[in-house]
Amino acid sequence: MFLKDYIYDVYNGVRSLLKGMRKTGYYFTHSKEIITEQYPDNRATLKLADRFKGEVIMPHDDNNEHACTGCTACEIACPNGTIKVVTKSEFNAEGKKKKAVDALVYRLELCTMCNLCVVACPSDAIKMAPNFEHSVFDRTKLTKILNKPGSKIREGIE
Amino acid sequence: MFSLEGITTATQDWLLIKFNPTIALAIECVIVILLSISLFALLGLVLVLMERKVAARIQIRLGPNRVGPGGIFQTAADTLKLVMKEGLTPDTADKFLFNLAPFVVMMVAMLLLAPIAFAKNFQIWDINIGVLYISAISSLSVIGILMAGWASNNKYSLLGAMRSGAQIVSYELSAGFAVLTIVVLTGSLQISEIVAAQENGWWLFKGHIPVIIAFVLYIIAVTAETNRAPFDLAEAESELTAGFHTEYSGMKFALFFLAEYINIFIVCAIGATLFLGGWMPFHMGNWESFNHIMDYIPSSIWFMGKTFFLIFLIMWFRWTFPRLRVDQLLNLEWKYLLPISLFNLLLVTIIAIMGWHF
Repeated sequence: MFLKDYIYDVYNGVRSLLKGMRKTGYYFTHSKEIITEQYPDNRATLKLADRFKGEVIMPHDDNNEHACTGCTACEIACPNGTIKVVTKSEFNAEGKKKKAVDALVYRLELCTMCNLCVVACPSDAIKMAPNFEHSVFDRTKLTKILNKPGSKIREGIE
Repeated sequence: MFSLEGITTATQDWLLIKFNPTIALAIECVIVILLSISLFALLGLVLVLMERKVAARIQIRLGPNRVGPGGIFQTAADTLKLVMKEGLTPDTADKFLFNLAPFVVMMVAMLLLAPIAFAKNFQIWDINIGVLYISAISSLSVIGILMAGWASNNKYSLLGAMRSGAQIVSYELSAGFAVLTIVVLTGSLQISEIVAAQENGWWLFKGHIPVIIAFVLYIIAVTAETNRAPFDLAEAESELTAGFHTEYSGMKFALFFLAEYINIFIVCAIGATLFLGGWMPFHMGNWESFNHIMDYIPSSIWFMGKTFFLIFLIMWFRWTFPRLRVDQLLNLEWKYLLPISLFNLLLVTIIAIMGWHF
């Protein structure tokens, strides 16, 4: 009985090792699997992963409209005070007073790309963008206002 | 046809004409020393580059590709950097032993080069106890490693050296048994005779399954003996920074690094000699024309091809398997490899006595 277990152990060990070697051997012989990007050379054709998180952006459509309601959910969700939402009061079409975003201040130098703000946003107004060339000579340039000047909230978003 | 034997014979004839035998012998010694040193330097460059390229391909990367075409000068540039760096000796280290250790490790590697047959009749020293010599000298390398670990006066270095000591002492047994299987089959300890015995077929094919088992055991044991992953707990960079060579820098570090790769080359060369027929071409039974074509490939190419195949195998191990713990390492040796190799040796002995091998 002991001998049987022993041989079974050896067989299993060898089999699992060979399985691992088969996988790495496959990668060794298949150069098309190589995922390295030759970054400075292929800057124009660089392909980044879909889930790459480089910075927070606020997408605007062609009419310079965004989806941010100024609810400050992102500011509350942010663990290290990266986002500051400055709100203003606006009158909408029916003459009702309504809160709206004046400036969504985003401080890239504090951001850890944790994605919590994007998750917290109820209207999907912000998302992560795959930009990583963030080097600047002046630190103040890292403080960004995400909503473009003159932009307003898209119709139908509460 | 190109052969290294022709070059050595011509050189010796020319030297004997020009000088008297004693001076000719001295000149030959100098030539051999220069050749082995340059072989070391070349092997260091080639093997480190090979390791990095193999690692890169296995990990779906490109590896070094900036210095020279395809990065082939990368290791030369690295060596230049290491040469220019300061060889620092720690203040509390044992200065004499600390500076001696890299040279001990290198010297052991160099001594091992002597009985290896690189090509047909191209061998530095065809000693009649070649295999015994190899197993005796290869155990000396642990002294250099222990020396480095102790003299560094650093707890990581000492831990690494102690682990290395336990590891080498244990794995030498199964490596020795694996080598013994071939000695039993050949009936000789001399490298040239072991190679000659494989003229009609390599031992790996002639010796049935027991020799294949011995070959696998040999590869596992020498991977451990050269402190390579998955048995690299002597270095274990995530636990011990760099193990026994933590405190070394500059050229002294480079010597340790070089010795590691030279040792890989040597154990693979011995493995190729014992199991894969050394410089013997690949022959298939009665296929006369096939055998004839195989004979046209120079014996040095055969030897190097086999050796580099084994080196690639060991590199493949390194980049596939995770590192073992100390207890797992010793369990593997004492509970699995040693009993199996003892039983295997018995089996091979029966085969050799009954003449069941081809």
